[in-house]
Amino acid sequence: MTTALSAKEIVSKLSAEFPDAVKEAGADSVLVKSASLPAVTEYLKTADGLKFDYINYITAIDYYDYFEVVYMMTSTEYNRSVTLKTRCETRNRPTVPSLAGIYQGADWQEREVYDLMGITFKGHPNMKRVFLWEGFDGHPLRKDWNK
Amino acid sequence: MEIDENKEYIYDSYQLDCDEGKIIEQMKASTKKSIPDPADWIDADLKRNIVLTSLDWVIDWARRSSLWTAICYPACCGMEWMATLAPRFDGSRFGMEIMRASPRQADLLITAGTLTWKMAPNVRRIYNQMAEPKWVIAMGACGISGGIFRSGYNVVPGYNKIIPVDVYVPGCPPRPEALLYGIQQLQKKIGRAKAVPDLSELPNPLNELPNPLKKDKKK
Ligand code: SF4
Repeated sequence: MTTALSAKEIVSKLSAEFPDAVKEAGADSVLVKSASLPAVTEYLKTADGLKFDYINYITAIDYYDYFEVVYMMTSTEYNRSVTLKTRCETRNRPTVPSLAGIYQGADWQEREVYDLMGITFKGHPNMKRVFLWEGFDGHPLRKDWNK
Repeated sequence: MEIDENKEYIYDSYQLDCDEGKIIEQMKASTKKSIPDPADWIDADLKRNIVLTSLDWVIDWARRSSLWTAICYPACCGMEWMATLAPRFDGSRFGMEIMRASPRQADLLITAGTLTWKMAPNVRRIYNQMAEPKWVIAMGACGISGGIFRSGYNVVPGYNKIIPVDVYVPGCPPRPEALLYGIQQLQKKIGRAKAVPDLSELPNPLNELPNPLKKDKKK
């Protein structure tokens, strides 16, 4: 079975590599600054001993004050998984960098998050709606939608 | 998506998306009311004087005993529909074992599943492509009214908002027996249809020709 890599282990490696990328380390997840997200994921994907080469899902949570984007990656080589999080503090055109260049599987997942949450992924090759049609009013999974 | 012949299409995917969005908005706006049962409006005056000829009987028998189904299974009801065709319930006992990937070869649409607005133009397109005579069975709560997703922002509240439906099979999902019963009801309905038009009501080109024998009668 895939075991979640303890955040401590990964944080120690990450903070050695990227001194100020990690904002917070929870019990099972790592919160990184959105600006350093692509570099961190690239490192997680390629570094020896980590090799998180598969993206399980991307999702987002609306906390009213900020949006949190959650990424889960698995290493098929070591059979371990890790959860990364990043935040964007604004409700008006929130943006995080896209991972579509690093994981192909991120492409449609990011479009889904954009479609339903309205978070733009900067650098995505085809940032448009995927489930709803062009002209749909707003982003329905936001907590303040349709109030 | 319906093709507008007067328009020059640009193969830009965003442009196509916007066009699709407009079509969906139009459909949403124009489908506040459900489309009634086709039997109620297709031949209204037919019901007053149904006289089935033996030819009618043969044609109806042929039609109802070989229903070919178009594929339209957007959600979970599709599983029960597959079970209906599988050996245990064996839909072919009722002359409908054939599923067609092309709507042009089908005359029955079983709408097994939740329909989203994004998919709605395509379902209508499938329906439009089917050859007449054609029938529709709305399968499951979602097919009838949108079911548990009815109040969702992206779900069509019933297929009869966009295409005419002949038979409704309730359930979530309906058991294969229920679907078979629905199909039998549809077959009964087809059996009541008048397949051969009344010849005296059709415009007869022979009447327009000069007929020397009926010369005085015409004038
Ligand atoms: S009626 Fe029930 S089983 Fe059928 S598509 Fe809807 S939710 Fe699924």
